[in-house]
Amino acid sequence: MLNPEQEKPRVGLFVTCLVDLFRPNVGFASVKLLEDAGCVVDVPAAQTCCGQPAYNSGDRADTRAIAENTIRAFEPFDYVVAPSGSCAGMLIKHYPALFAGDPKWEERAKAFSAKVHELVSFLVDVLGVSAVEASVNGSVTYHDSCSGLRELGIRQQPRALLSTVKGLQLREMADADVCCGFGGTFCVKYSDISNKIVSQKTERIREAGAGTLLAGDLGCLMNMAGKLKREGSAVEVRHVAEVLAGMADTPPIGGKG
Amino acid sequence: MQITSPAFKQNSRAALADTQLQRALGNVRAGFIDKRRKAIDALPEFDALRDSARAIKNHVLENLDLYLETYERKVIETGGTVHWAETAEDARRIALEICRAAGARTVTKGKSMITEEIGLNDFLEAEGIRPVETDLGEYIIQLRGEHPSHIIAPAVHLNRDQIEADFRRVHDHLPVARDLTEPETLLAEARKVLRKEYFAADVGITGANFLVAETGSSIIVTNEGNGDLTQTLPKVHVVMASIEKIVPTLEDAAQIIRVLARSATGQDMSVYTTVSTGPRRPGDPDGPEEYHVILLDNGRSSMLGTKFQDMLRCIRCGACMNHCPVYHAVGGHAYGWVYPGPMGAVLTPSLIGVDKGGHLPNASTFCGRCESVCPMKIPLPKMMRHWREREFERGLNPATSRYGLKFWAFFARRPKLYRFAASLGIPFLSLFAGNRGRFRHLPLAGGWTKWRDMPAPESRTFMQQWQQKEALKQEARP
Amino acid sequence: MSGRDAILSRVRKALGGVADSPTRRAVVEARLGEAPVGVIPARGQLDDKPRVALFGEMAEKVNATVQKVKSRAHVPAAITDYLRSKNLPASVRMGTDARLAAMPWDKQRALTVKRGASDGDDEVGVSHALGGVAETGTLVLHSGDDNPTTINFLPEHHIVVIDAKDIAGDLETTIEAVRRKFGKGRMPRVLNFVTGPSRSGDIEQKLLLGAHGPRALHIVVVDG
Repeated sequence: MLNPEQEKPRVGLFVTCLVDLFRPNVGFASVKLLEDAGCVVDVPAAQTCCGQPAYNSGDRADTRAIAENTIRAFEPFDYVVAPSGSCAGMLIKHYPALFAGDPKWEERAKAFSAKVHELVSFLVDVLGVSAVEASVNGSVTYHDSCSGLRELGIRQQPRALLSTVKGLQLREMADADVCCGFGGTFCVKYSDISNKIVSQKTERIREAGAGTLLAGDLGCLMNMAGKLKREGSAVEVRHVAEVLAGMADTPPIGGKG
Repeated sequence: MQITSPAFKQNSRAALADTQLQRALGNVRAGFIDKRRKAIDALPEFDALRDSARAIKNHVLENLDLYLETYERKVIETGGTVHWAETAEDARRIALEICRAAGARTVTKGKSMITEEIGLNDFLEAEGIRPVETDLGEYIIQLRGEHPSHIIAPAVHLNRDQIEADFRRVHDHLPVARDLTEPETLLAEARKVLRKEYFAADVGITGANFLVAETGSSIIVTNEGNGDLTQTLPKVHVVMASIEKIVPTLEDAAQIIRVLARSATGQDMSVYTTVSTGPRRPGDPDGPEEYHVILLDNGRSSMLGTKFQDMLRCIRCGACMNHCPVYHAVGGHAYGWVYPGPMGAVLTPSLIGVDKGGHLPNASTFCGRCESVCPMKIPLPKMMRHWREREFERGLNPATSRYGLKFWAFFARRPKLYRFAASLGIPFLSLFAGNRGRFRHLPLAGGWTKWRDMPAPESRTFMQQWQQKEALKQEARP
Repeated sequence: MSGRDAILSRVRKALGGVADSPTRRAVVEARLGEAPVGVIPARGQLDDKPRVALFGEMAEKVNATVQKVKSRAHVPAAITDYLRSKNLPASVRMGTDARLAAMPWDKQRALTVKRGASDGDDEVGVSHALGGVAETGTLVLHSGDDNPTTINFLPEHHIVVIDAKDIAGDLETTIEAVRRKFGKGRMPRVLNFVTGPSRSGDIEQKLLLGAHGPRALHIVVVDG
């Protein structure tokens, strides 16, 4: 007799190093959203990082080693889903480039990348999710993280789902699609420039007049939350998955106050 | 031109503290971005034109030798002279020879980034020849002894009052009591002063937006008409252009012209698009008697056939820097040489070496906005990453970042060790945050905490919590 | 080795050691001969009346002024009116263009017509365009005795006469017209595509007219 669970898509969650280390709540929110949408979710232990820090520092050898490890860990799954536009972008767009011309790994990498999706676009574009069961009382503004927007075309999907959250009022900020200044190691290597960029972003956030800031990438969120807190702002910062999954009752990123 | 690109960090700090500059940079964000958006929204075929433009340039680059030969043949046929300059030094020498042969004392110049690249003005001045920039922005910065901070809006870093101060200082033959408070009055004064120079010039030097192989023509694109007066009135017209400016036909030029002005300033067409072919003909009542083209290599052939070949498609529109958050923050001079912004970040290490220009491709968040607006679809972040790879291979990054990276990579490649280290490190870190949920200071993270608080982690990693939950689920199974 | 040889050999080496081969030459020659047009925006692809109307609209958007007259005979009067409306002296400079010469200038008694290239002392220049491009409101002029190039740039006011039938929808059609007039691969010394009066945005990004070229561009479109 067929196991009913075999009909459901088997999703491997690529939790991302930042979520794993700094905000597990986002990982659990992602699992909940995927399970609610009918997926069977597992989280292979052999994952560490997508390899962007090495890749963007010009260290292709380490990047390849990390990538091989990632590809191997996720091969058994139907889909690989990450709650991050930049990690998903790395896995989808850059892994194939990393192994181009490699007789052993090129096809494997392509097959792997074809299965990878960013979380919200997976829910909306692949699973056809059109609404979530969640409620939030208050106004929210949304930052479009660069990789998700420009590499993966994610813009409309999170807004579509947010519009179904009861009690949520979306207040778009000006320049929502302008970089927040994180850029991985950029924010520490060129911290003064990064500060200028994130200061302009926090100004836009304030001008939008929303109580909560959301985005789909934890790196951006930690950067913006860190700046908002340093400026004494009361704006609460969360990952969009937490709000969509109805798991926004934990302390926000960077704490309250 | 003095290269200060190695001092990019110091340059940036100074730029961030410069309130005049920061005020002026506000104009770049609002002006150029909105205007471009409007122009593009009004042209449904824009993206298809980008593809067409890219294909044209790629075809030319694959056949660059043959197109250069065809172009040269046509220029000679139409009465012009072609000079080939391998290096900046060669180009300067050739330009000087042409000026000396014409007995030139004054030379007018249309806006040309390539003459900046080879340091032509300083060189001519040292040789006793007076070069006069005629593009208003270039003229303004020439008065200040500065270099352009943007490839199409050279004086974008200046405010009106700074320009007034320079005009008063330099145009000291004009009445002191004159009113220069409005931009219109400044323009009118520049027009009068430069009109005299146009007529005084013995030689006019322009760049070229395109060189057309089919007809042996050079094309310049201006809004002011300064390039036209520069090339029409003097006895000698010199076109200086790098070898990748070639396009096969006028139709090809038309394709690229359609994306050029829209990307640069949001205009459908620049005011003056001028196609010049050779010197005065019998029956021409005006025009130069001599027409020279100096074809410059200066590192372009070294980019062909490499990972940086795509950069040779650049048409110098400036859209990339207009949309770059780093350029918006520090302006063009911080980049330390001729070419700023994303295109400068890719081109500069090619032309002056990655040891000198290495900061530029590193000072990017890879937000990708540049690539998304580039009319020639140049993959700028990808090429910046290639520079980072070169630097990594040559060990050019600072020791701290190399060791930091190696340390992190050691763990990231070894999942079991990574899990182990994280399961110790994260709970440890979270202890220090207390109840606040964030750190104001964190050892080894000074670059972050200088300007931001650091959000604190939860008491255990996701994997620790997940594995524990899974273990409980297993136990609960019958 | 000359600079030329050095550069060409470096280029060939960089392209993977290609040679000046007959196959490659054939590709390049075919491309040059064919001169494919690429993508042509739909915007200017209109019937005569709407195309001429679009030309006027686009030209006005870039601060040119546009006036329609019924026939060539009406042009001199239109120009006199323009000069009067701008308080300009009744004197214009033009080339030896036959179409202009055939117009009834003598009927404009107060108007002085100077002929030849401009030396910078003319306030008003008059040219006849080779054609126009409706897509962008662009005029196409070429060098020569008929319409000297200096007249396009030195006077403060530039008045350009254009026949409605010469207004094309796109740049490519005018390029074809130039080829027909001068021959394939041949060009006049200068071909000017003019879109509006001279302007600059170099002072605080503020748009100002009359940078070095004319501060005003007046287009007279001749019907029929």
